[in-house]
Amino acid sequence: MKYLDEFQDPALARRLLDDIDATVTRPWAMMEVCGGQTHSIIRHGLDQLLPDGIELIHGPGCPVCVTPLELIDKALEIASRPGVIFCSFGDMLRVPGSDRDLFRVKSEGGDVRVVYSPLDALDLARRNPDRQVVFFGIGFETTAPPNAMTVYQARRLGITNFSLLVSHVRVPPAIEAIMTSPSCRVQAFLAAGHVCTVMGVGEYPALAQRFGVPIVVTGFEPLDILEGIRRTVHQLEEGRHEVDNAYRRAVTDDGNPVAIRMLEDVFEVVDRTWRGIGMIPQSGWRLSERYREYDAEERFHVGDIHTAESSVCRSGEVLQGLIKPHECAAFGKECTPRNPLGATMVSSEGACAAYYLYRRMQPPAPRIADAGSREVSSVG
Amino acid sequence: MAETASTGSSGGPSATGVLDFEGWTCPLPLRDSPTIVMGHGGGGAMSGELVEHLFLPAFGDAAAESLGDSAVLPPPTGRLAFSTDSFVVRPLFFPGGSIGELAVNGTVNDLAMSGARPLFLSVGFILEEGTDLAVVGAVAQHLGEAARAAGVRVVTGDTKVVESGHGDGIYINTAGIGVVPDGVDIGPQRARPGDVVIVSGEIGVHGVAIMSVREGLEFGTEVRSDTRPLHELVAAMLAVTPEIHVLRDPTRGGVATSLNEIARSSGIGIALEERALPVPDTVANACAFLGLDPLQVANEGKLLAFVPPEQADAVLAAMRAHPAGVDAVAIGSCVEDHPGMVATRTGFGATRVVDLPLGEQLPRIC
Amino acid sequence: MCLAVPGKVLEITERDGTRMAHVDFGGVTKEVCLEYVPDLQVGEYTIVHVGFALQRLDEQSARETLELFRQMGDLDAEFGDQWGRAAEQSGLPLPNGVPGGLS
Repeated sequence: MKYLDEFQDPALARRLLDDIDATVTRPWAMMEVCGGQTHSIIRHGLDQLLPDGIELIHGPGCPVCVTPLELIDKALEIASRPGVIFCSFGDMLRVPGSDRDLFRVKSEGGDVRVVYSPLDALDLARRNPDRQVVFFGIGFETTAPPNAMTVYQARRLGITNFSLLVSHVRVPPAIEAIMTSPSCRVQAFLAAGHVCTVMGVGEYPALAQRFGVPIVVTGFEPLDILEGIRRTVHQLEEGRHEVDNAYRRAVTDDGNPVAIRMLEDVFEVVDRTWRGIGMIPQSGWRLSERYREYDAEERFHVGDIHTAESSVCRSGEVLQGLIKPHECAAFGKECTPRNPLGATMVSSEGACAAYYLYRRMQPPAPRIADAGSREVSSVG
Repeated sequence: MAETASTGSSGGPSATGVLDFEGWTCPLPLRDSPTIVMGHGGGGAMSGELVEHLFLPAFGDAAAESLGDSAVLPPPTGRLAFSTDSFVVRPLFFPGGSIGELAVNGTVNDLAMSGARPLFLSVGFILEEGTDLAVVGAVAQHLGEAARAAGVRVVTGDTKVVESGHGDGIYINTAGIGVVPDGVDIGPQRARPGDVVIVSGEIGVHGVAIMSVREGLEFGTEVRSDTRPLHELVAAMLAVTPEIHVLRDPTRGGVATSLNEIARSSGIGIALEERALPVPDTVANACAFLGLDPLQVANEGKLLAFVPPEQADAVLAAMRAHPAGVDAVAIGSCVEDHPGMVATRTGFGATRVVDLPLGEQLPRIC
Repeated sequence: MCLAVPGKVLEITERDGTRMAHVDFGGVTKEVCLEYVPDLQVGEYTIVHVGFALQRLDEQSARETLELFRQMGDLDAEFGDQWGRAAEQSGLPLPNGVPGGLS
């Protein structure tokens, strides 16, 4: 894919790594905010290539992981109701609620459907006027504009059998919460590239200043991540703490003003609880007054939810970067992707799942060399 | 519905796959209600007409002239291989094929993965009341064509009908019998450290073709299913050496699932080279777009082979000389380390574990 | 989060008064909502997330970034082993980013 493949070039990765190696003189700990970045790092093994002193702490940028347990239970309840078509991104299907997940609801007869886009859910509403279509609107600032536009279109086209179950969260308050935590070890942030595509970089200079941390807007392909790390290392070594944009092909300073205006119209900022972390003020969105009729929580009056988080799960500490997944006693034992205790083990870029899937053993470098000559003569 | 493009035979699908009802002689007005009804599964006159005027003409000379309660067959010489598989694919028709082809090739390939030459198939249909006869006819025709192409005969079958709302249109079960040549001992527990892991061609193709027409995901692509029979490719490989340790067709769950199962069965580790994996650009791009791993995407007309190192070059050459194996390539080897687990060296020289997918592959936003 | 990929606009259409585009992702095509990038033209590239174009992809910037990466380390070739010298100066052993396994 053009403008994707070029940013996976191993030879260019080597150059970036050489520069990082040449620059670093002391250990540094930086946090990549976005779960998609975590996924990319572990899938390509980028952290294995960095100098020993550089530590990547995996941040809470996994909207699947941080959706409050109570909201998941509400989703499960709504999805179980006859007459409801419950639509969701694939990510949410296996996230455990207090006692089951959407897959289980589906197997018990609930009409649960995976869609690629919220517009697909709106289409379903149009084609099934006698059913209630509910879309599970999770995500960060990247996904909020698509969800906003969908609700906007629903109203414009007079589609009333559609509603949104909202669980949107915002990144800057999360950064603030992490930095004010007493056990915080984070010295720099790799900001989430696609969040900034929408929101621009305006919310970061104040944070960089207040906490004295470099914030580098970083993309998702291997070269993007290495470049983000490289610029961060330079700032740390030079004692700077600025906002720097290392993802210019997709991020402008002002972001996308059209999208921002839509967000301001359709949503309003509220306090929100992050699963495993707790309440972070002004860190979430809900539908604004004008669009409140499309709010699934209001439309369905879900009451009497008894949430019960696993007492063993430490995903909150993992999400804040306080422990690594394998430091949790349940990791790989009672808690596996097949039987997740918490959301960080379910989402494909929850830190625990990423560790489990890609790293649960540290295999010695595979002995490809033995079959190497075999391969060279056989390949091509 | 009753288009006329007669093949000249007494009814049955024409070359264009359209049903010709003109030749139907049954007095019951089936041609006027061109959908499956409960009576078609009842074993009586309506069932008979369905077999006589839809299935048999569709199967053509891939089927015996009449399908009795059981097929009495001459005993083949050699060890018998016996396999069964059921097909519930949604949607029924997809780029490159239909459930009809899969029903034949799936069982033919299961037999081929033991090194067997497939001989006979049984076919069981479970039809949902209300399904268009034209759809059933088209599926049956594809099934017949696939059987002919694979050189297997359909010798017995069964049809049942379930009530509307149960059964998703059409489900098919096929069972197959084949013969395994002497000296061949292929099984998932036979992999040994040092064995070379070979894949017969490009991966991820079938899964992407199916997803491209699945509701809620649909996307445009030229990717077509790679379904095809593999027994002749296997025969070509065995002609080079009977010393093939493992064969597996990586269907649901992709290459990752098959390799993990074999690693566990044999108690060895598998080390892959990511850069050697033959993933076509169209598949790689579809996976990037949906957030999927090509190693976990289903394949159909592909096989994995575990071959002793000293035989690998010769086996690869034989595969590449065969139409079903032109893109065959070595993708890794078996090691003593990390028994039961599969790891790959990434394009950047680092290492990651290749795990089983957890369940159905779902596109992600994160 | 935020899996978004770059695609090329093949055709611009309208559906129910909404500006849409047919976008190509290297052989995979999809209908995408263009309302957030209303001045996007056929032939341009855009970043797409869950069926929505979120921003124009700045091709010039992409090329410049890649060029910068290509030039990185060229100075080393001219002026000798920089990181060996840096390591010496800081009194640390050579970092272990040894070029093993990379072309």
